[in-house]
Amino acid sequence: MSENQTAEARQDMAEPQGMSPRRRAQLVRTVQYVVLIAIILVLAIKMDWPRIGNRMFNLQVIGNLMPRLPLALLNTLKYTAGAFVIGITGGLLLALMKLSSVGPYRWIAHIYTEFFRGIPALVVVLSVGFGVPMAFGIKIPSIWAKIAISLGVISAAYVSETIRAGLQAVPKGQVEAARSLGMSHTSAMIHVVIPQALRIVLPPLTNEFIMLTKDTSLVYALGLMVPEFELTKLGQDSLNSAQAGLTGMVVVGVAYLVITIPLGFLARHLEKVQQKRSA
Amino acid sequence: MVGKANKTSKAGSQAGPAELPPLAPDEVVRITGLRKSFGDREVLKGIDLTIREGEVVCVIGPSGSGKSTLLRCVNLLEKPTAGRVDLLGVDATDPDVDLDRLRTHVGMVFQQFNLFPHHSVLGNLMLAQRKVLKRPADQAKAVAMQNLEKVNMADRADSYPAQLSGGQQQRVAIARALSMDPALMLFDEPTSALDPELVGDVLAVMRDLARGGMTMMVVTHEMAFARDVGDRVIFLDDGVIQEQGPAAEVIGAPRTERARTFLRRVLHPTEIPETDLGETEPE
Repeated sequence: MSENQTAEARQDMAEPQGMSPRRRAQLVRTVQYVVLIAIILVLAIKMDWPRIGNRMFNLQVIGNLMPRLPLALLNTLKYTAGAFVIGITGGLLLALMKLSSVGPYRWIAHIYTEFFRGIPALVVVLSVGFGVPMAFGIKIPSIWAKIAISLGVISAAYVSETIRAGLQAVPKGQVEAARSLGMSHTSAMIHVVIPQALRIVLPPLTNEFIMLTKDTSLVYALGLMVPEFELTKLGQDSLNSAQAGLTGMVVVGVAYLVITIPLGFLARHLEKVQQKRSA
Repeated sequence: MVGKANKTSKAGSQAGPAELPPLAPDEVVRITGLRKSFGDREVLKGIDLTIREGEVVCVIGPSGSGKSTLLRCVNLLEKPTAGRVDLLGVDATDPDVDLDRLRTHVGMVFQQFNLFPHHSVLGNLMLAQRKVLKRPADQAKAVAMQNLEKVNMADRADSYPAQLSGGQQQRVAIARALSMDPALMLFDEPTSALDPELVGDVLAVMRDLARGGMTMMVVTHEMAFARDVGDRVIFLDDGVIQEQGPAAEVIGAPRTERARTFLRRVLHPTEIPETDLGETEPE
């Protein structure tokens, strides 16, 4: 039987073949490069470069924006940090509720998560900013508190799922080892499971921070005083000057990237470290 | 504490309803009519077993025979479906017993070591001493170092588990359990996850421990260890103790056919059986 299969295999390979897979891949790649270069050439020739430079990178507009940029950047980070703290704290609490042996805690946590993942962030921002104070007469003292609470409660829903997965990713043997040393369930969670889970979820939490950074732009809907301006509002404000064009938006866009790109690198780096450790 | 002084009186008072004779003063573990099911699969089908102070009891048997489950029932990591486990004079299956406190007296060593990866070796040994026994840091550290000396790992006190070999990790895990000053040590296949050349160091530590008078229950595939160190060997198969007795007898001259077949396979592992799939043990 095996002799027969060997002979058939030899015969098959002896038959003449068309273009080799390697040659075919080479040809496809060449075509792709040609198309790309053609597109670049057409754009380079047809574009009105001076106009683009004037409208998108107007030095005068950039110069006007620069003095106000640091405060806006700081406010964006401040709003983000506030929301992140609420998100992490609430998320950890919800994650522990989801793993609770008490049924109602689990249900409440799941309903919370479904609710806040399912409605637009802007609706929550408007509710916290205007709706709740009007409905219940609760005075939320600052814009910072309003945006931090709005984005924080939404973030908690997402973070809770991440942390729950992290808690469940800690091997069962870790709890068993802790319990066999006489540690209570609570003590094992605090000293053994949660510290390891937080390391596991560090990369996804970094991504959550990036998402929050961008979402703080929604605060513009609450109406801001000048010292409360964050990046998006600053960009919007710059549109009021006649010669602004796109320049203001380019500036704040770059400012956002200055925050988010390093964080993205950090998240990927942490992920790699994670993989190495678990390997 | 669950001291040895009140052991007889406690067990005596409980003897009535369960119709059990009082625990002898030197009995550390007594298992009575132990059953354990996972779903509708019954893994342990009525186990009776007593371990006396200073005894080294080795549990052998094919995989899936319930050895590990039996061991895990002793410190109640698995909750028995039926039956009773008396530990150090208290009924560990009593729902009102303080299991956390009881477990501080029972050390356990796992097949996969289960060291805490986010703590150094020293941190691993100190954590439960500090948080459970509430020992002050300097005392916990002194106890930890003393136990690291015992397992010959004192020079790696500041290493992290990931930087150690499997054999080193297992020795640290033994030292971690010893740091609680246990009255009984449970070993769940402590060398099964190790590369062959690392097994010896771990077994040497366990042998020294046995010679020091530690009461031990060891689930193992190391027949030489069971024979040389074990006072008594239990052969478990199909959830039942098939055979037990002095180590030399059970391993040297097994009485039951099941034990003979098992031992032949374990003692000559490189002998490849002719295809006889009907007879091989299911995993």
